[in-house]
Amino acid sequence: MKPSLRRIPLSREISFAVIAYLYLPVIVLAAYSFNANRTATVWTEFSFNWYLRILHNPSIQAAALNSLIVATAATVASTIIGLLAAVGTQKRFKGRSTLEGLINSPLILPEIVVAVATLILFVSVGIGVGLLSITIAHIAFCIPFAYLPIKARLAEMDKHYNEAALDLYANRFDAFRLITLPLLWPGILSGATLAFVISLDDFITSFFLSGPGATTLPVYIFSSIKAGITPEVNAISTVMVLVSIVLVALSFAINRIGKPIRR
Amino acid sequence: MGTALTVDVRGVSKSFGHGRNAVQVLNDVSVKIAEREFFTLLGPSGCGKTTLLRLIAGFEDVDRGDIFIAGQRVNDQPPFRRNVNTVFQSYALFPHLTVQQNAAFGLRMKDLPREEIKRRANEALEMVRMSALANRRPSELSGGQQQRVALARALAPRPQVLLLDEPLSALDLKLRKEMQIELKQLQNQAGITFIFVTHDQEEALGLSDRIGVMNDGVIMQVGKPIDIYERPTHRFVANFIGDINLLEAKVSNGKALLKSGHLVECDVSAHSPSSSVSLAIRPERARIVKETDTEANFAGIVDHFAYMGTALVYQIRLLEGTKFLLRETTANGAGQFAQVGSRVGIKVAPEAIRVLRD
Amino acid sequence: MLEQHSSSQATRNLLLVAPAIVVLVLLVVIPLGIMAYVSLLARGEGSGVNWSSNISGAAYLSFFVEEDFDGSLVPNYSYLLSFLRSIAQAIFTTAICILLGVPMAMWMAGLDTKWRSLMVLVVTIPFWTSLLIRNYAWLIILRQDGWAQEFVNAILPAEWKVSLLYNDFAVAVGLAYSFLPFMILPVFSTLEKFDWRLLEAAYDLGANKWRAIRNVVLPISMPGIVAGSLLVFIPSLGSFITPALLGGGKTLMIGNLIYLQFTSSRNWPFGAALSIILLGLMFVCIAVLALRQKRNAAVSGRKRAK
Ligand SMILES: Nc1ncnc2c1ncn2[C@@H]1O[C@H](COP(=O)(O)OP(=O)(O)OP(=O)(O)O)[C@@H](O)[C@H]1O
Ligand SMILES: [Mg+2]
Repeated sequence: MKPSLRRIPLSREISFAVIAYLYLPVIVLAAYSFNANRTATVWTEFSFNWYLRILHNPSIQAAALNSLIVATAATVASTIIGLLAAVGTQKRFKGRSTLEGLINSPLILPEIVVAVATLILFVSVGIGVGLLSITIAHIAFCIPFAYLPIKARLAEMDKHYNEAALDLYANRFDAFRLITLPLLWPGILSGATLAFVISLDDFITSFFLSGPGATTLPVYIFSSIKAGITPEVNAISTVMVLVSIVLVALSFAINRIGKPIRR
Repeated sequence: MGTALTVDVRGVSKSFGHGRNAVQVLNDVSVKIAEREFFTLLGPSGCGKTTLLRLIAGFEDVDRGDIFIAGQRVNDQPPFRRNVNTVFQSYALFPHLTVQQNAAFGLRMKDLPREEIKRRANEALEMVRMSALANRRPSELSGGQQQRVALARALAPRPQVLLLDEPLSALDLKLRKEMQIELKQLQNQAGITFIFVTHDQEEALGLSDRIGVMNDGVIMQVGKPIDIYERPTHRFVANFIGDINLLEAKVSNGKALLKSGHLVECDVSAHSPSSSVSLAIRPERARIVKETDTEANFAGIVDHFAYMGTALVYQIRLLEGTKFLLRETTANGAGQFAQVGSRVGIKVAPEAIRVLRD
Repeated sequence: MLEQHSSSQATRNLLLVAPAIVVLVLLVVIPLGIMAYVSLLARGEGSGVNWSSNISGAAYLSFFVEEDFDGSLVPNYSYLLSFLRSIAQAIFTTAICILLGVPMAMWMAGLDTKWRSLMVLVVTIPFWTSLLIRNYAWLIILRQDGWAQEFVNAILPAEWKVSLLYNDFAVAVGLAYSFLPFMILPVFSTLEKFDWRLLEAAYDLGANKWRAIRNVVLPISMPGIVAGSLLVFIPSLGSFITPALLGGGKTLMIGNLIYLQFTSSRNWPFGAALSIILLGLMFVCIAVLALRQKRNAAVSGRKRAK
């Protein structure tokens, strides 16, 4: 073995640069959120001031509450729908791949196109814009994020568990409730967490469907940025990034429950 | 063995896939299995044993034919309405339930009173000597222990039929031998019909009341172990179970005429004169004698010879070129060895020769 | 595994999938259908669209021409240019992602298992954080009075004063940053099971290191690079946040054009037409790739048959 060959020239240096490229901006953003100086070009001293300010900013609080409501509702709905779909597409049947294509279509279609199309729909049928519209639209693109981890979990699961339950006089519903569902929990939680993060962070769809009084946090952040950079935005952005990272790490950790450790 | 039927499979066919990809897996299979019988399905890989079990359990639907369990047609009954339980090859113990909860699952689903569930689950665990580990999870058990729990789980609801798909194949040899004996005892004790699938002929011969030998989606022969071994009805069955010599011959004057010109005395009454037949001879039913011995039926040259402890095994090339396997017991002392390269005579009693249609 | 399906089983499966089908048909298929219809209508007075107008291709026509004040049609290349700029921008982004992502994927593939999974996590996490905020972070770094700009202008000669923000450069930086993981992960997964002894064998056969990489590692990672390119190219083409935050008023991309039609311009038919054209463009890319893969499969099949 010549381990030196495994190292492609420059690849390590480029990789470190890429990692810096991926993470430095967010770290800079977080650093600025602790800067006491409002102009933010010069570092004066460390301060929690901007975090305290967001606690007392009613528009941020309202937007945050809206975001949580939307994300929670969209997560619950999309997880249930995704779970049912994952169970229904477990076995091969004619047209299954078309169905899966439909379920995963929000992952491929440009969000702005689907967002404006949804706007046209809601306006033309009279639902209009607002929190309800945002929530409904979020359900659609959260479904694949809930569906995929659950489906992966189901695919790994020994199909004999379900058969054994049926064999032991459980009807289909009981077999699902008592055997499949408990074994599927990590996948469901993981999918739900991902759906929650995606909904929480969504900007484009929420932007087109937001109306007066129905602003989510990302929409608030966007309009604040357009109005001029403020340290409060840095603080609330840092919080959001942190929440996303924690939730995603949690989702990955949950999904490893009950799985054999890889070699 | 009782005489009432528990499982009656009538003309069942099953194929998987559609159109050009369709594969016929079972072809007009019929078999009747009696109450309290230990019935074994034996056959090469892919011949349809598992599929037949899955049809009986209700995991798959038959394409054609009928399945009766205790006199009732169950074609349209889902698995949970059939009084049949399965021991899966992979055991399929529910990983999130304890041993006790696994054993109690079927009883719970039958909505029995709580007390009875507990008592009968414990009884079943007792029967397989797993009571001590009742609170463990399946992942904390060894392979043999998981196997026992799977048995207890399937036995606890006292089904009419227990289906066992290669339940012992994951165990090592020693444990397997132990479990074979236990399985037989359990079956006697529980008084349940067992339908057992195995690859292991010795296991099949030793445990079963009757064996069904399958090949390519068809049941070739059903019979007691001794019938299957001593009186195979097809070349396939003869070949598949144990070692056997098959010699080509022609019926001639109430005897069999070998290619080498030897006339061999045997029962050819079932075959028309001058039809082609195969003579099936088990290696242990033939004797080596001097070539000149008048009792010799045919002759050959010793190609190879091995001392195996309990037996001497010879490979003999017959005059027409066919290889012939011959096993002499050493029970009466090792006796004399025939030398490699020497010409010998082979003697087979007429009743030890099975004449099969080609 | 192929399962024979009794009709009751099929019905059960259909019932389970039904809610997902209903939601996605209602919220994706039908909206896109209505949008295609709207793209054939005329803009409205008060609202974005006049529902009772005649069906015409006017919105698509206005992509190429505009009405002069005397009513005659004159060519207008500005929208076409925006589209071409978007395509160029997306190609450029893909190129950056290949240059940075492929070496990184190769480096990751050569690591120990433990480090590998950590690196996969490191590359994945940014995807799950808000795209808006990540682009905003670049806005802070690149802005006019920021240290990055001061630093660049300090090294450059005085007469070359540059601005880092609100131009194509900033958009490229933001787009590559947004979609880089989509390049790294597919390439990594094609290389994950790469047998490094192949490289050593090539090396022993006298190839120098670069040639060994070019002739062994690159061909093996090609399917990943192609898939990654598509995964970077398509969202770059339809991107909105990055050009909206980091691009200048003159560097509009398709996404911004669509955005304008549904906000200040209030011209839904034209916005719908732009969206349909964008979708068409995307499907052409996917179809070309699918065809290419089919042909490759056929070619390698023939090779194997020889
Ligand atoms: N669900 C299925 N779909 C398609 N083909 C199947 C399916 N189940 C079984 N088969 C095919 O049917 C044939 C018989 O399979 P089966 O599992 O019954 O064999 P077996 O006798 O149990 O073999 P083994 O001894 O290897 O377990 C095989 O060729 C198998 O590939
Ligand atoms: Mg089998």
